[in-house]
Amino acid sequence: MRIALLVGLAASAALGAEPLTWGADAQGGAPYVFQDPMEPNRITGFEVDLATLLGQRLGRQARPVHGQWDSLLELLARGDFDLVINGIEVADEKKRVVALSRPYFATAEVLTIRRGEATAPRTLAGLAGRKVGTLPGSLAARIATGAGADVRTYDGGQDEIYDDLKLGRLDAVLLDEPVAHYYGDLDPALESVREGFGTVQYAIAVRLDDAALLGQVNGALEEVERDGSLRALYERWGIWCPETARLFGDLSPGSRGPAIEFERWRAAVGKLPSLWERITTRYPALVPLFAEGAALTLLVSLCAMALAVLLGVGLALGRRFGPRPLKWLCIAYIEFFRGTPLLVQLTIVYFGLPELGLKLHPFVAGALALGLNYAAAEAENYRAGLESVPSGQQEAAVVLGLSTWQTLRLVIGPQAIRISIPPMTNDFIALLKDSSLVSIVTLTELTKTYVNLANSTRDHLGLGLVVAVFYLLLGLPFARLARAAERHFGRHLRRDAT
Amino acid sequence: MTLVVKDLVRHYPGNPKPTLAGMSFDLPAGTLTALLGRSGAGKSTLLRCVMGLEPFETGSIDIDGVVVRGTKESTPAARKQAIAQARAKLGLVFQSYELFPHLTALENCALAPVQVKHESREVALKRARDLLCQLGLEPRLDAFPEQLSGGQKQRVAIARALAMEPRVLLYDEPTSALDPSMKNEVLQCLKRIDATGVTQVVVTHDLQLARGVESVCILDHGVVIESGAPEQVLKAPSHESTKALLAAWTMDPA
Repeated sequence: MRIALLVGLAASAALGAEPLTWGADAQGGAPYVFQDPMEPNRITGFEVDLATLLGQRLGRQARPVHGQWDSLLELLARGDFDLVINGIEVADEKKRVVALSRPYFATAEVLTIRRGEATAPRTLAGLAGRKVGTLPGSLAARIATGAGADVRTYDGGQDEIYDDLKLGRLDAVLLDEPVAHYYGDLDPALESVREGFGTVQYAIAVRLDDAALLGQVNGALEEVERDGSLRALYERWGIWCPETARLFGDLSPGSRGPAIEFERWRAAVGKLPSLWERITTRYPALVPLFAEGAALTLLVSLCAMALAVLLGVGLALGRRFGPRPLKWLCIAYIEFFRGTPLLVQLTIVYFGLPELGLKLHPFVAGALALGLNYAAAEAENYRAGLESVPSGQQEAAVVLGLSTWQTLRLVIGPQAIRISIPPMTNDFIALLKDSSLVSIVTLTELTKTYVNLANSTRDHLGLGLVVAVFYLLLGLPFARLARAAERHFGRHLRRDAT
Repeated sequence: MTLVVKDLVRHYPGNPKPTLAGMSFDLPAGTLTALLGRSGAGKSTLLRCVMGLEPFETGSIDIDGVVVRGTKESTPAARKQAIAQARAKLGLVFQSYELFPHLTALENCALAPVQVKHESREVALKRARDLLCQLGLEPRLDAFPEQLSGGQKQRVAIARALAMEPRVLLYDEPTSALDPSMKNEVLQCLKRIDATGVTQVVVTHDLQLARGVESVCILDHGVVIESGAPEQVLKAPSHESTKALLAAWTMDPA
């Protein structure tokens, strides 16, 4: 992402215009916006091509920004990017939150079932009471619910839905045709029913107050629709369909070219290479991408831990030695941050604070929320350390004339640290793992990198082991460092010393 | 006089009787005195009040000219200031020693002189080394408290207190945690310090130790009931309570 950013900056400087940033979630998968399974360092998809096309027409460099799919419209409203192009369905309730452009694509809802299964549902009415998988908040979900189906929605990748269908956890999957085409149809064990489930249209979302951009986008869309470049794009991706043809009023038959992108996808994911081949060729090529995610994970975690340690020391001292009101404040802080989910805290910091006029950079928001949360845990670690030192030690220091601060720094502190180090190490490693939550604020860290790649390459197991190795490599040095620190602060307890 | 205690009253809330019930005594400079009494007589409370670790309601403690008064007779600010001044003249050897476990014997003795008196590290370390050597700890200067025997720990604790050059040095039950064979050694140590002119007060219920000091005070029910030279008070007590106390102690070899 950083490389993309640099390239984007250079390009925009060359063009002399602000880059056109557009939000999407690469986890969603093909053929919208996804990591190229052949070349995972590259983001691809028909919406990437559409964004590039629009950028060219508007004279701006199109730059993708990652955002969690179900928060894309909120991130847009917050100002994290200019547009959302990621299968946003045209629906009236969205128009209260954002402005929608003219539709750029229309398609059918498609039902996918296990091939040749006699009892499988094949009509809308047949869905009643059956387990139907789909994406949350989608038109397909509403249609299936309306038909009385037992709807199961999936937040992860689309291939998980089809995997569950194959495994028998679902009776059918109802999704937009491009998804069914790229995930369901590829599998010989599955078949699709195309007619009778309704149609859906996609539009580009723009901020409500951004009328100028909305006008430009609509103008550009009309242009690429009329001159045939959009149809060529869809045909390249193999998703040109009667619904879009009707939408564009372009009923001319015949393809303008082969579906090269679809063929590329089919070649890439049709059959997973052997594990050995993946280990020797594919995974080494992915190391830079994982390393970038790991660097972000490490950086966010280090910043968060630094904040947690400093704030935690303050809270522990305030709770133990402060005057009563301060003591209560510290306890309230600890109980609040310990007692509410990190996800809620992060959401409040990132999406809630802008309402009060505080709009934080995603990295700052991520590190801040993690740090504030872990400060509560650290405070309790340090309190345990402080309370482990016998009260006689403090009296001995006081009798010698040491001030409160000197007593803390020279007598109590060094003894308390030893007790606090093991739980602190634990917390830091937990924080490394919890930092995966910052992916909801547009940061592509290690876990997000894995999920995106696993979804586009359909390789959950192998890549899962790779990402596990990365987490272990991040955590182990801290465990070693902590053991060395423990030895240092506990050297007086070794009877054989001196 | 270096330590004058007058009409000291300490009444713990909730207790029917005061723990210190108007206790008075005075100790001349440079003496070695034992405060004797059975458990609950008020020995430890007296020590804690003198050290400013615990408040008392009325009465006064005069430490080499610094007077600390009861909470009912002085303002908190005045008390705080007086306690700080008094502590500069006092030293305490805790029953459990309370050495700083993360510091070596030498560092234990040099910490306060450097931090409180702002002595240079060299000066403080030199005095610490001299004191520890005088107390026979030359081979253990760099040992941590965990690596020392009980008797060695106690001598480090004494050296730590002496390093602050107190006028009055107080001991809380110095022999209670030691092997009986060590008792004489402790007494010799106290006598060596006595020779340097420091006023020493030993709270104890150890008769053997009490027989070796210069004067004894018998405490009972929060007051001093008898005092004088040990030969007189311990051999021919005048007070009935003292007799009872001594009889009980003689039965009990501890």
